[in-house]
Amino acid sequence: MMLIPCPWCGERSENEFTYIGDARRQRPDTSALDVSDETLKAHSDYVYLRDNPKGWHQEYWQHTSGCRAHFKVERNVVDHRIRASVKADEELPSFPEGR
Amino acid sequence: MTSFRLDQGGLIDRNAPLNFHFDGKAYSGFQGDTLASALLANGVQLMGRSFKYHRPRGVYGSGSEEPNALMTVGKGQEQESNLRATMIDLYEGLEAKSQNAWPSLKTDVMAVNSLMSAFLPAGFYYKIFLGSANFWLLPEYFIRRAAGLGRPNELANEDDFQHHFTHCDVLVVGAGLSGVAAALSAARSGASVTLVDEHDKLGGQGLWRESSQREWLHEALAELADYPKVRLMSRTTAWGHYDDNMVACVQIEGDPGAPLPPHQPRARAWHIRAKRVIYATGAIERPLVFANNDRPGVMLAHAGAAFAGKFGVLVGKSLVVATNNDDGYHSARILADAGASVQLLDARVEVSEALQDSLKGSNIELSLGQTVLSAKGGTGGVTAAEIGGLDGRSSRMVNCDGVLSSGGWSPSIHLHSHTGGKAEWREDLQAFVPGKRLQEGVAVGAAAGIFSTQEALNSGWQQGICAAQDLGHSISAGQAPTLGSPSLDTTPILPLWSNPKPKKVKGKAFVDFQNDAGASDVVMANQEGYRSVEHLKRYTTLGMGTDQGKTANINGHALLAQAQGRAIAEVGTTTFRPPFTPLTLGAFGGPHVGEAFAPVRRTPMHALHEASGASFVEAGMWKRAEWYSRDGEDMWASIKREALHVRRAVAMCDVSTLGKIDVQGPDAQEFIQRLYCNGMKTLAIGKVRYGLMLRDDGFVFDDGTVARLDENHYYMTTTTANAAAVLAHMEYHLDVVWPELKVRVASITDQWAGMAVAGPRSRDLLQAALPHVDMSNHGLPFMGFLDTELAGLPIRVLRISFSGELAYEVHTPARFGPQVWQALSETGKDFDLMPYGTEALGALRIEKGHVAGGELDGRTTPADMGLGKMVAKKKDFIGRLGLLREGLSREDRPRLVGVIPADGRSRIIAGSQLTEEGQVGGFGKVTKSLGWISSAHFSVEHDCFVALGFVESGALRQGQTLFAASPLDDQHLPVNIVSPHMIDPQGERQNG
Repeated sequence: MMLIPCPWCGERSENEFTYIGDARRQRPDTSALDVSDETLKAHSDYVYLRDNPKGWHQEYWQHTSGCRAHFKVERNVVDHRIRASVKADEELPSFPEGR
Repeated sequence: MTSFRLDQGGLIDRNAPLNFHFDGKAYSGFQGDTLASALLANGVQLMGRSFKYHRPRGVYGSGSEEPNALMTVGKGQEQESNLRATMIDLYEGLEAKSQNAWPSLKTDVMAVNSLMSAFLPAGFYYKIFLGSANFWLLPEYFIRRAAGLGRPNELANEDDFQHHFTHCDVLVVGAGLSGVAAALSAARSGASVTLVDEHDKLGGQGLWRESSQREWLHEALAELADYPKVRLMSRTTAWGHYDDNMVACVQIEGDPGAPLPPHQPRARAWHIRAKRVIYATGAIERPLVFANNDRPGVMLAHAGAAFAGKFGVLVGKSLVVATNNDDGYHSARILADAGASVQLLDARVEVSEALQDSLKGSNIELSLGQTVLSAKGGTGGVTAAEIGGLDGRSSRMVNCDGVLSSGGWSPSIHLHSHTGGKAEWREDLQAFVPGKRLQEGVAVGAAAGIFSTQEALNSGWQQGICAAQDLGHSISAGQAPTLGSPSLDTTPILPLWSNPKPKKVKGKAFVDFQNDAGASDVVMANQEGYRSVEHLKRYTTLGMGTDQGKTANINGHALLAQAQGRAIAEVGTTTFRPPFTPLTLGAFGGPHVGEAFAPVRRTPMHALHEASGASFVEAGMWKRAEWYSRDGEDMWASIKREALHVRRAVAMCDVSTLGKIDVQGPDAQEFIQRLYCNGMKTLAIGKVRYGLMLRDDGFVFDDGTVARLDENHYYMTTTTANAAAVLAHMEYHLDVVWPELKVRVASITDQWAGMAVAGPRSRDLLQAALPHVDMSNHGLPFMGFLDTELAGLPIRVLRISFSGELAYEVHTPARFGPQVWQALSETGKDFDLMPYGTEALGALRIEKGHVAGGELDGRTTPADMGLGKMVAKKKDFIGRLGLLREGLSREDRPRLVGVIPADGRSRIIAGSQLTEEGQVGGFGKVTKSLGWISSAHFSVEHDCFVALGFVESGALRQGQTLFAASPLDDQHLPVNIVSPHMIDPQGERQNG
């Protein structure tokens, strides 16, 4: 069972959290009432398409049974190591290629 | 008959005899015995029947690797099946039964399967599937009854089980010499240490192999017990190693099958979070593969040695011990020293002088270049063995009463593998050892492939210090002790995976005893194209079952490699997955069973409903009043009375379970706008509006009401079911999608109680209860709300209607819920007020055509539910782009309709499919479904069952007759499609 570092509460057990999904996914700006094909496509991709990388993955988690904040972690989906975690509106640090 | 018990030796207490029964017969053993050792001491070798062929089987190992001796222990509620006799500590009154045999273990009629073994080859199930479906049914019927293990206990288990969570610096798994060494050096260095072992005594083989080891172990364990930061746990299996060094253990507290003393749990599940894990899990011996190597009386060499050394039981007087490695010599020596005459066969032609010298002065006859080719015997045990060279020629029979073999040792790398660690093949050891690791876990001693006593101990000592130092503990632990004799010059193990089979001998050479998989099955699987170890496992079932191939895997994989002419390292091994050994399910459940399985949510008015004769229904975790019985009414009578009373007079329903969310902030209005698909911008302070929330893909997510309390303050309700999901949905959009919006949301579901007061007389009632408030259409119009007081208690009155009648909801802080309910009930006496439950609530909203859970199923759009006009055209909202997709706006989508039975009386079953044909299904017949019934109930207004459903093209079908088909209920009911608004389509009642 993973230990997940919540930027607000510190390292807590996985069962306090809910996995939300890919953090690099950007919801397109849909505020314009006339919807262009590009926006429609971008929105459809946002809703339906997910990358499935082997290795490092930037993702949102919510501390559901804790402070309830969403935050970003960078987790290796092969071995579940977490190398960074930041608040939802912060950028994850960049790492050199490899491990 | 105690002739197999030695006069001395072993860790048993000969002054503490214990009585027990096996298959109804009385026996006795001693304190310190296992069920297996006690049976052997009594001369009982036949302990089980094999899974598929029902061949007679005896005990094969001495620990948790045991594949054969599976027993059912205990009676009644305590009864447990498939327990390994080698792991059951004997206790007074133990009752054990053999499994998978009828009428008795000795004369098992299913043993005919053995004669049919040619027809039950590897992949038997798969091959049968290739035949016609009907042909499969016949053998399936037969096999289901013939094959198997013990029967599960069908009685509810009333035992107590506990869950524990703990942390430590260093967790050491396995309390043999290397494990105790690791624990002691880590503890001396200053680390907090937990040491677990699956056996009842900590210490492992060292306790009975040599006195110097025993003495050191006793001292070391005594020293460990004195450290306040050390926890020692016996009968505790570390069964799984999970992420971030979470090791799951089960500790057996109450003897399996024995009644528990009061307040004692049967078992404890431990979740141990360790900073470092040391695997001192030892190794498991594997057998040699030869013909009839499964006969009772054939076992692992180490098992024979352990029965003698640990339990004072000699498994035979005249033994053949076959080996391909040095350890067979140790086992042979222990057996000979215990009084057996031993023929030791070493398949190796040359071995070191020192090894040969180690046999001096013992009753052992050594033959080099020889091995066992076949065992002869039956249910009564082994009578002889055929032995010879590896070429299979010049074989001869020797009489013996036991055949023991050692085919080498496989380190127990299971925990290392659980974490994703790789297995690495060591050619010199002919074994997999832990390779690349992903977690902070390290193997020591035999688990790391270090087999000499002193080196194993050193490795444990060293790793204990390393782990402690890594964590900043720097007290000197001192030097590792020197124990026992220095290691001999070793002679490398000779790879030997299958011995030649003598010509005239019938009978399989088994690789996996529990699954009856033989060497020939591995070869056949390979011939038939199952070339990877994982395919081999599925096809032959080799490595499956309760032992998960602990003694079988390496032999099986090596035979596969041999058949393919490849190296074992190349073929690899199957993945080990938790649990290490079978566990009692109760330990997983722990105390979270029955009433403690999940929290129960009761509304503030729960006790009042109970007093009013309510029956409760579970809605999520909530208990909701379903109906209120009066004067011996049945359920339907109550529901109809309540629903009719709403239509004709006034009734009150507890709606506290609705999700309630408080929304505040300068951007609250903008956020609410984006959250709902209908316009919310114009919602004025003091007004409430129905809202429909979509997901980003355009489908309806939830519905509810929004009341605007102030400029920047909203009070939302959600459906009971989606309360948590809607909150998370809002939090996600605020945290992630629109962090620029200054809004805070909070769940206030539990903080507010709510009650719906519905019916034509509801206004009169509320006016009487609230004389200081103008309840007229002018004072509180439809979709308005006001905050006021009732009997000095703060309340919020919202004029909203779910039933379609003139109706109000009265909300109040949860702690005032009961008083407000009672105050309204008191005033209500003059208006003949009665409570109504969720059944009447459902019936009323269905006949009104209001959507709820059955309709909000994640597949429907606003237009599908007839609410297309609500969708705002001039604003952005979640789901707007999703709705633009072609498929969501097609006119022939299933749309909401009302459905009534054509005969005006039959009951429509929710979940029925709507079809044009009267008969659905049947052989080779395909019936098109045009839609489905989403909810159904009894309509008091129409005095018959009515339903809501979705049907293709919706409104265009109004007036048509279709069939509501529910094949499972064998019902094909003609129904008329009508408007979903089956009462008061203009809404005159609620607006009145």
